[in-house]
Amino acid sequence: MISVHGLRKHYKVHKRPPGLKAALRSLFHRTYTSVKAVDGISFDIRPGERVGFLGPNGAGKTTTLKVLSGLLHPSEGEVRVDGHVPRLREEAFLKKIMLVMGQKQQLLWDLPPAETFELNRAIYDVPTLQYKQTLDELVGLLEIGDLIGKPTRQLSLGERMKCELAAALIHRPRVLFLDEPTIGLDVSMQATMRTFIKDYNEKYGATLILTSHYMDDVAALCPRVIVIDKGLLSYDGSLEALVQRVRPEKRVVLRLSEQVDASRLEPLGKLVTHEAGTAVLQVKQDAVNATISRALSGLPVTDLTVENAPLEEVMSELFAENKARRLQAAESVTA
Amino acid sequence: MNARGLLRALPTMLRVSFAESVAYRAEMFVWVLSTTMPLVNMVLWMAVAKSAPVGNFGQADFVGYFLATFAVRQLTSAWAAWLINWEVKQGTLAMRLLRPISPLWGYASDNVAGFPMRVVVALPVVLLSIALVGADKAVPQHAWQWALFILAVLGGWAITFLANVAIGALSLFLDSSQKMMEVWMVLFFVCSGYMYPVEFLPEGLRTVIDWLPFRYQMGLPVELMTNAHDLPTALGLLARQWAWVLGMGALAVGLWKQGVKRFAAFGG
Repeated sequence: MISVHGLRKHYKVHKRPPGLKAALRSLFHRTYTSVKAVDGISFDIRPGERVGFLGPNGAGKTTTLKVLSGLLHPSEGEVRVDGHVPRLREEAFLKKIMLVMGQKQQLLWDLPPAETFELNRAIYDVPTLQYKQTLDELVGLLEIGDLIGKPTRQLSLGERMKCELAAALIHRPRVLFLDEPTIGLDVSMQATMRTFIKDYNEKYGATLILTSHYMDDVAALCPRVIVIDKGLLSYDGSLEALVQRVRPEKRVVLRLSEQVDASRLEPLGKLVTHEAGTAVLQVKQDAVNATISRALSGLPVTDLTVENAPLEEVMSELFAENKARRLQAAESVTA
Repeated sequence: MNARGLLRALPTMLRVSFAESVAYRAEMFVWVLSTTMPLVNMVLWMAVAKSAPVGNFGQADFVGYFLATFAVRQLTSAWAAWLINWEVKQGTLAMRLLRPISPLWGYASDNVAGFPMRVVVALPVVLLSIALVGADKAVPQHAWQWALFILAVLGGWAITFLANVAIGALSLFLDSSQKMMEVWMVLFFVCSGYMYPVEFLPEGLRTVIDWLPFRYQMGLPVELMTNAHDLPTALGLLARQWAWVLGMGALAVGLWKQGVKRFAAFGG
């Protein structure tokens, strides 16, 4: 469905130090630097897949999504989405895709969302019957029946985001690019959005690429993740395998009926946190069973769970590894 | 988007744009106030012509001319350049580019949709003009004159809108083209017949102005509304006006297409 080979997107950016003198100088002479937003990445995505696109700020995630949706022209490389070359922005292509950006909106600010839905129906040439069915379904699933008649400017962020998603799906896109769709939403609204996105993917077999800084989004939606950092691809595979690679240790979470001294916990594994009634131990995978036995026999355990390290930690460790590798490479070049 | 799809989409686009244009009642009132400059000019020129006519213009002629200017301004105004600049700077142009229809149709629809409200504002002024100076100096007298006037209004709007698109598209190359639009507006005020009839300008300057687009945005529709030209002269001027429509259209679409290729959503 999506194939990306050797994609590069380099920008020329005007660079100017602060101050009046620099401002005046820039009127006559400008210095430009080339920014490598994406620097030669390749991947393929099958129809119906849900893929998390991860990376720190400035990694090139949004740039890649914009190239895939035809908003940006690649500097180099080959990109195809369902057989189309996105940069050509053919009508058939634009009718198949949608890019939802959590920080940009397509809803008409001064009018109720229902007007944007109607406008999209006309622009995407959606047959009336299909439009009614889709709208009923979206209104029901997202619980926006009371909202679509209110002016957009009077809706809360969460309400607006639900309507934004509905507007994006009126034409039932087969490929959905979601750039931070849950940004700024509260926990329950995030969960609603996740459930809805997953249902849409399963019902219509839509291919989905998601970027999000909320790792819960990624964990709930994306069996596969692609990680890019400084424009380079640093991982492409299952989320589970990524966690295993970066943080193979498990977390044993113990709930205790009484206060236990840290000295009794430390022999069981690396003590990550120890608060009233709860202790979290980090142990090697092959030591999990032994740790559990020792904890159950020697401590007042009321409940116990075994978990992976939080995704946030896994990701920051991965980004730190990448940074260290880049520094090492730079040093070896200088030497 | 193909022509049939476009024709199907346009009525909804216009209806939604109209709903947007009337969303703010207070803003509409302010907008009407902002277009009253011809009425100020009218009072000034009437004072100048109090003792003797200025060229071919007596007091009544100035009333007819500037009330016609007010009405034509309502019918030919466009503001796409400001919108394009804003959307390029904010990166929201991306949302328009994702749709399977050229954003230029969206901008045109936004501008045209305000037309009914502008007619509502212009109509009483035209009726007032008829009452004050007589129908022969206020509105076309024959069917052919009406036809040429309508054509001139369409041409005037098209040049204004396309110039807005061309200048707005420059923001895709230059980060912002708002200052250029301001320069364009200054030239428009000086050269279009908005502040004074272009026949007041010296002969040499008038020849230059006849070859520039500004007169065809405003002066020509006003002159045809006030029956200032015979048929051959009117046809000659209309031919020049529509040549400008075609030229400006080619320039606007060319700049837009090249600009979109360079588009890199600012702040996005």
